[in-house]
Amino acid sequence: MATTKHTIVALVEDKPGVLNRVASLFRRRGFNIESIAVGHSEVAHLSRMTIIVNGTTATVEQVRKQLDKLIDVVRVSDITGENITVRELALIKVKAGSATRSEIIEIADIFRGNIVDVASDSLTVEITGDEDKIESMLKLLRGFGIKEIARTGRVAMVRGAIGAPAPEEKVARSHTKK
Amino acid sequence: MKKTGAQIIMESLIQEGVEVMFGFPGGYILPFYDTLPQYPQLRHILVRHEQGAAHAADGYARATGKVGVCVATSGPGATNLVTGIANAYMDSVPVVAFTGQATRAFIGKDAFQEIDISGITLPITKHSYVAMDTATLARTVKEAFYIARTGRPGPVLIDLPRDVQLDQAEFSYPDRVNLPGYKIPTKGHPTQLKNAAKLINEAQQPLIIAGRGVVISGAFEELKQLAETAQIPVITTLLGIGCFPENHVLSYGMAGMHGSGYANKALDNTDLLIAIGMRFDDRVTGKISAFAPHAKIVHIDLDPAEIGKNVPVHVPIVGDVKAVLQAMQKMIESTQHIDWIKRLEGWRKQHPMTEIRDHSGLLPQYIIRQLYEATGGEAVVVTGVGQHQMWTAQHYLFHEPHTFISSGGLGTMGFGLPAAMGAKVGRPDKTVWCVDGDGSIQMTIQELATLVQDKIAVKIAVINNGYLGMVRQWQELFYERRYIATPISCPDFVRIAEAYCIAGRRVTQREEVRPAIEQAMAHDGPFLIDFKVEPEENVFPMVPPGAAVGEFIEFPKKEVSTWPRRSTP
Repeated sequence: MATTKHTIVALVEDKPGVLNRVASLFRRRGFNIESIAVGHSEVAHLSRMTIIVNGTTATVEQVRKQLDKLIDVVRVSDITGENITVRELALIKVKAGSATRSEIIEIADIFRGNIVDVASDSLTVEITGDEDKIESMLKLLRGFGIKEIARTGRVAMVRGAIGAPAPEEKVARSHTKK
Repeated sequence: MKKTGAQIIMESLIQEGVEVMFGFPGGYILPFYDTLPQYPQLRHILVRHEQGAAHAADGYARATGKVGVCVATSGPGATNLVTGIANAYMDSVPVVAFTGQATRAFIGKDAFQEIDISGITLPITKHSYVAMDTATLARTVKEAFYIARTGRPGPVLIDLPRDVQLDQAEFSYPDRVNLPGYKIPTKGHPTQLKNAAKLINEAQQPLIIAGRGVVISGAFEELKQLAETAQIPVITTLLGIGCFPENHVLSYGMAGMHGSGYANKALDNTDLLIAIGMRFDDRVTGKISAFAPHAKIVHIDLDPAEIGKNVPVHVPIVGDVKAVLQAMQKMIESTQHIDWIKRLEGWRKQHPMTEIRDHSGLLPQYIIRQLYEATGGEAVVVTGVGQHQMWTAQHYLFHEPHTFISSGGLGTMGFGLPAAMGAKVGRPDKTVWCVDGDGSIQMTIQELATLVQDKIAVKIAVINNGYLGMVRQWQELFYERRYIATPISCPDFVRIAEAYCIAGRRVTQREEVRPAIEQAMAHDGPFLIDFKVEPEENVFPMVPPGAAVGEFIEFPKKEVSTWPRRSTP
């Protein structure tokens, strides 16, 4: 079966050890996380994780279900097939002397990047976009010599009103002892 | 009024209906222990090794259906629980484990006996807590018990730093939990129920395979009703044993690696497999691509992650087994499957479970059969892991749920004795037999002392063949009889028992078997029988690893006869 890149979005309780639980589960089930980005969500006490993982649809579905079983995971969905916006931010430190500096700035402009730091022998470019955009820019900058790259990993969101139910619904459905 | 953390735990345990816990003290759990005398309604049983505490809590939980509780100190005490917690996790057993922990300020500093037990047990617990605040302790205990016992049950660990046990807080026990991320499926999708019912009503050769989910859900009556209404033969997994009376006319025993030939033949030929509360473990399916090759599969399970995990299914039903079967009742038509059952009966004759050969030695199968007859199938039988476990599963007929207790998923040698201890504590009204191997029992034999100190009248049958028998069997069949590291020397088990002040006797002859069993049961207190059995006896039938379940190896000798397995019509 063909493996494809899947984008999994999880809303998790903002508690110590949650990232460990999620990462441990991926390791346990033999999955390599390509990228993971974690930050606050729109709901207090809930964090949002965007996880990019390679696998067949069946195995990724298995991991989604296993993730959903974690008590601290409130909601998890595989949004791969959906109409989604995906963004990643990269900081790229490029070798730059007086001869190449303006050319690099021009490339950054084309990609709507920002120059966030200038030194005598380097420039740091900040760029936001999907994976393809960042890869294309890197391809162009490699010729100048790249000193350092820092990438955030992707974050993703379904466009418009489509999406899973609001987390409040789930919160309301709390469990009581019979 | 304010209470200490330890008092809050005790109060919470009482609120949860806990009566007994199995444990072993140590430095960082001392405040917990120091508080115990204030709560005489909580019985504490001192084990001899923490693994025994976890298995005892497990055995207690399986015998009673309640949550089992075990306690250990930090560091080595906690790590000794690990095997027992993993065992409970693999077999979906509700256990709550309390571990002591270093004072909060020492956590992460490699302090004496400080270990990251919640990290270690992360993949083998349903959930875990490091209790960092005395004020939220009651809620933590409440959640832990709720999570352990509901949905697909499992072990939950609560790590208790010493100062959290000592700090004071107001105690009020919450009456509800707030766990937005915890989902328990219930009823099953109506469309899928209809689809399943349609398949069941149309099937010519339907077969039910029932697992531990039926036991957990308490769906015995519902299962029986489905089987009887639609005249569907029932086979079980190892852990499903007892969820359908094995003396029922529609019972065809256990399937899988050491399942009956007729159960495996039925799997090979069925056109509709109704899998209820089971998870298609490789010991049941054999070669997965050849599993139930002619069947459509209906899979009913509470855990959505089990659906389609190992075997693709045609009709998935996620829900509580009992609720699902109840909802389906009205949709199932009363039918007969005369030809199909005739075929099954044919296989039963063709591949009978082995009986006792004419043999001068003592055969383990004979012992198990005598045990069944002597107890009338009324006992709770707990096993270790190995050949004796399979012989027990094959040759004892279990009439009721919660009466066969065995380590399935993890296959933990040494489970038998401590689990039997827990089972007897939970069911003092029942005769509890521990059937163990000479290899298996030596892993946890120290718990004999616990039986004596706490007056736990477990009856022990050691099936002693001088080998790690199951491994030896594999060496015989698949490694050209190279018996590497499987011959095992044993102490004199009767004298060992005697040294622990436990009565016992050795049995070497067939004629002594029944009297010894009767003597053990008549004896007031624990009793050990050392059965010196035929050393190289094998467990058959056997599906060789990697083979399809229909390709089982049978007993090579011809002198076998059928054991009449049915009594009720």
